[in-house]
Amino acid sequence: MIKRMLAATAALAITTAFAQAQEVKIGLVAPFTGIGAELGQQIDRGVQQFLKLNAGKIAPYKLTIIKRDDKNPSGADSKVAVQELLTQENVDALAGWIYSPNAIASAPVVSAGKKLAVIMNAGTAFITNLSPYYVRTSFSMWHAGFALGEAAAKQLKAKTAVVGYSDFPPGKDSLAAFKRAFEANGGQVIDEIPMGGPAQVPDFTPFFQRVKDKKPDLFFVFVPAGDHALAVVKTYGALGMKAAGIKLIGPGDITQDIKLQAMGDAAIGLITMHHYNADLDNPVNKALVASWKKDYGADATPDFVAIGAYDGMAAILHAVQATKGKMDPDAALAALKGWKYDSPRGPIAIDPETRDIIMNEYLVEVVKGADGKLHQKVLGKIDAVKDACKAQKIGPCAPK
Amino acid sequence: MSATDLQNHPAARALAQRHRLRVWEGLPWLLALACYFAFPRYLGFGTEILITVLFAISLDLALGYAGIVTLGHAAFFGAGAYTVGMLAKNGIWTEPITGLLLGAAVAGLIGFLSGLVLLRTAGLTLLMLTLCFMGLLEESANMGADFTGGFDGLDSLPIKPIVGMFEFDVLYSKTQYLYVLAVLFVCFVFTRTLVYSPFGHSLTGIRENTLRMHAVGAPVERRLVICYTISAAIAGIAGALWAQANAYVNLSTLGLDRAATVLIILVLGGYGRLYGAFVGAFVYMMLEHFLSKLYPEAWQLGLGLLLVVIALFARGGILGIGEELRRRFRGWRNKP
Repeated sequence: MIKRMLAATAALAITTAFAQAQEVKIGLVAPFTGIGAELGQQIDRGVQQFLKLNAGKIAPYKLTIIKRDDKNPSGADSKVAVQELLTQENVDALAGWIYSPNAIASAPVVSAGKKLAVIMNAGTAFITNLSPYYVRTSFSMWHAGFALGEAAAKQLKAKTAVVGYSDFPPGKDSLAAFKRAFEANGGQVIDEIPMGGPAQVPDFTPFFQRVKDKKPDLFFVFVPAGDHALAVVKTYGALGMKAAGIKLIGPGDITQDIKLQAMGDAAIGLITMHHYNADLDNPVNKALVASWKKDYGADATPDFVAIGAYDGMAAILHAVQATKGKMDPDAALAALKGWKYDSPRGPIAIDPETRDIIMNEYLVEVVKGADGKLHQKVLGKIDAVKDACKAQKIGPCAPK
Repeated sequence: MSATDLQNHPAARALAQRHRLRVWEGLPWLLALACYFAFPRYLGFGTEILITVLFAISLDLALGYAGIVTLGHAAFFGAGAYTVGMLAKNGIWTEPITGLLLGAAVAGLIGFLSGLVLLRTAGLTLLMLTLCFMGLLEESANMGADFTGGFDGLDSLPIKPIVGMFEFDVLYSKTQYLYVLAVLFVCFVFTRTLVYSPFGHSLTGIRENTLRMHAVGAPVERRLVICYTISAAIAGIAGALWAQANAYVNLSTLGLDRAATVLIILVLGGYGRLYGAFVGAFVYMMLEHFLSKLYPEAWQLGLGLLLVVIALFARGGILGIGEELRRRFRGWRNKP
């Protein structure tokens, strides 16, 4: 409540400064309770930080955020929330979606409602095919997975790898993306291990022991960011796999910034491919991280979920400016197709064909800094990476 | 005492009139229809409530009347939903009303087969086994991603218009609301008739005193299995409706969340009372919906407090409170 009031006052302050501000209403759908609440909070903060740091650019418009809790990945709650935002609140744009099933279930409503809808997290590759009004500012699992497959063979010079993944679509997507790229570049995946589901953190020891016995050069892991990732790194350390010469790699979900410090020294040397980490050295990111720590405490940090929300708001603001606040959906979409922006993650663009994001991918190693904390050091980057699944029209990503 | 005396005995009259329709029983239906006209922008949410009412009624039949303690009722909800979903996605069957019947048949069959085995146990064992059985179904749906869509589910189901005329309404859910209301009415009339039939009374007998029912020669196990099968079929209809109304089906239809929520709803409203399902679903979902709108981050607190109060002070649920008040009022009026 207090936060709502603060947000309202902030919005009011901006309004009063420009007496004739034109209001644009944005419905924000994300889980604010339950197991996804931490992710919902990152979305919320990403949005608030964008509004705060870009207050000057937003004027003379006023962006009003209407939050709805979509609670769980059932699809139904999210769909009702989207319905009501469109029919009761008459929002000009929709945004949010942490869970892919919710974005999938909402797609028909978004199409019927004919409003710009910005996906700020949900990563299943084919979602943007489901509605012409979807624009994605987060990522697809193929962005990092495919890029890491190439890098593993070329830069890390690995010959063999074992893949361990959480047994749900992002995990399977990651496996498919990594394997395709790794094997196309001369590597070989010698074992694929499903490691439980996303709902509970399993005991990873038996899976990891199996990997240790196979002695691959690399162990590629995809698990959901959060407590899964924490357990993976701890198990990796406890089994002495680093000493056995097996490198742990994965998309940046396993080194999510808000969990990194809790992982301890076992995380040192971990190699990931991702589009964002809080240590990225560019002025936009520096300003964001500083403001974030000021507002939410020295230990708080933005992560890739927050960046999806931050850039999502940037996309909406661009659409607002391009349509002079009218938010006509076709004009807004036309303005966003090919839109370029300087994000905290570096330069990004929206692919005019797929409405999905194009961004840099960074090959990153976890190191211990002089301050005794863990940091992420960029080893190399790949410019302007597209979603490989849609670019190569693989499986369900092929347009219907 | 002659036969006529016995017939006029207050207890006998009460028994004979138990199943009679009361005036207030029309009220929920009138209210539901009034909501259609009064709140045209809330019908998507309204449809969710009506489907939950139907699901809670199916659970009431098993739990409230026959005393079958189950925590796995979403197994049948999901079976109905996936039947409709998989048939529609592959273009095999997209007609909605027969789709409901197919959903009911599949769920009923699964209920019958699992009931034959599970209902040999009772109490906590049964609770755990029903939970496990639901878990098995959920995991099969997760692993059979080629058929079920796995975690992402099956989207954009092509469901035909109802009786070839009424298209499902994506944005306002108007058609869905009336369609679900009609199906709910039919299922409710069926369930009401069933629980007041001799079969229904024998179920209550089993719940209250299984040993005595055995002693009077009632086929206890067979009745329980039949009841469980019917209850599963109705849950299957609820699931099928959910899949049709959302044009979508995913793992949540088979999840513990759904099974536990419907149990809470039934206990909140009052089980073994038929109308507990209506009151529970309405109160629980309205509170959840509007609290989560007002306080997107802290709404569970309000709901949790209500449940604690009900659990502590009103074992018969909300309807139980009403009955208690009526009894006290009568007692006070009849005092000399």
